[in-house]
Amino acid sequence: MKLELTPEERAARSEFRAFAAEHVVPHADRWDREQAVPREVIERLAAEGLLGSNIPSDYGGVGRDMITYGLLTEEIGRGCSSLRSLLTVHDMVAHAVERWGSREHKERYLPRLAKGEILGALALSEPNAGSDAKSVETVAASDGDAWVLTGTKKWTTFGQLAGLFLVLAQHESQPTAFLVEREAPGLSIRPLSGLHGTRASLLAEITFDGCRIPKDQLLGRVGFGVSHVVAAALEHGRYSVAWGAVGVAQACLDASLTYARSRKQFGSLLFDHQLIRAMLADMITNVRAARLLCLRAGHLRQTGDPGAFMEVMVAKYFAANTAAKTANDAVQIHGANGCSADYPVARYLRDSKVFEIIEGSTQIQQITIPLFDFQEL
Amino acid sequence: MDQTQAKIKEFLSRFFKSHDLQPDDDIFALGFVNSLLAMQLVAFVEKELGIRVEDEDLDLDNFRSIGAIARLVAKKTAGTEAVSA
Repeated sequence: MKLELTPEERAARSEFRAFAAEHVVPHADRWDREQAVPREVIERLAAEGLLGSNIPSDYGGVGRDMITYGLLTEEIGRGCSSLRSLLTVHDMVAHAVERWGSREHKERYLPRLAKGEILGALALSEPNAGSDAKSVETVAASDGDAWVLTGTKKWTTFGQLAGLFLVLAQHESQPTAFLVEREAPGLSIRPLSGLHGTRASLLAEITFDGCRIPKDQLLGRVGFGVSHVVAAALEHGRYSVAWGAVGVAQACLDASLTYARSRKQFGSLLFDHQLIRAMLADMITNVRAARLLCLRAGHLRQTGDPGAFMEVMVAKYFAANTAAKTANDAVQIHGANGCSADYPVARYLRDSKVFEIIEGSTQIQQITIPLFDFQEL
Repeated sequence: MDQTQAKIKEFLSRFFKSHDLQPDDDIFALGFVNSLLAMQLVAFVEKELGIRVEDEDLDLDNFRSIGAIARLVAKKTAGTEAVSA
């Protein structure tokens, strides 16, 4: 099992870290307050080739490997979970198109997704359907040379800006996936605000009111929307989220170490208080463990190993738990300062909660992981 | 049971531990086929059996049994060889 990064991977990580240090970290708290990632930073991401990472060069992408992609996600996530969530949802859609799209889908969308000319978003959750994806209530009816979609999607990350939606709907009670462009007649977008975490990720409610799309916008086959199309998208998203959670946990650790080495109480640095140091030890250990799980999942994904699906889930489950615990401890170490807007750890704590819900909740993963425990390391 | 079928049986048997899978057993009727297994099955046939599963291959009948999967692999492999020739 390969655990060391190659020189190329280390160099790529340095580039991503430098990008985040200049263009993301200094602005993330403001974006959080304003509840919006600005278009300028998205355009900069696109210009640097950081969107649609895994799109093959045949379709205008950079064809980043899974490990390098993970490192990118960690570094962006370390700076801003909201911006990281753009990478996640955009790349999920690109992955689903690349995996199950027709040649026409790939030629039509992948080059534009690779350049960031359009952003992708996953329109899956609904007011009455979250974890139970097969029970979505949006309906797709066949009408001559078109599909007609009717229903409402909720919590669609970057739905306010997306140009291409991967939509799950029922056709004759069979979950089926569709590609829907923003300009499709009958599609409307309502911004959502006031979220607890990843507040700048421009969530939206998407309504399909007799929304007509061409027949060839079916992605995959009727009835395979959850089992193959959305499953592929979510598996990619789960991998991205796992690395993003490592990024937040690392940011919490960095902030806590800095604070503990500068703040004095009872005449000595927090760092020299043993109970503080115990929290730091747990942070360091858990962050490393989470990153190693992500690396293992990435190597399996890169080689197309069937066991990758299970290992991605394990990595995401552990990394999400680690981010939540690490963020909680980081706020504790910061005391009242940690509860204020003067330090980023309050944002990290709010953002870390989201990891326990998205791309398969912690409870769904607790139910699922034991079913596959026979797979060997 | 040929080599391809044996490989498929070995893979699927991890998921059906208490059942000695036969070539024509319907794995959907036996249960325990969820989206995680479905995607693992796709990854398995691609990595271990050397075919690319495309959207037009998404038909439950192609994945219903050891025999069905082996027939899909044979069909796709023959198609690739014909193109190569």
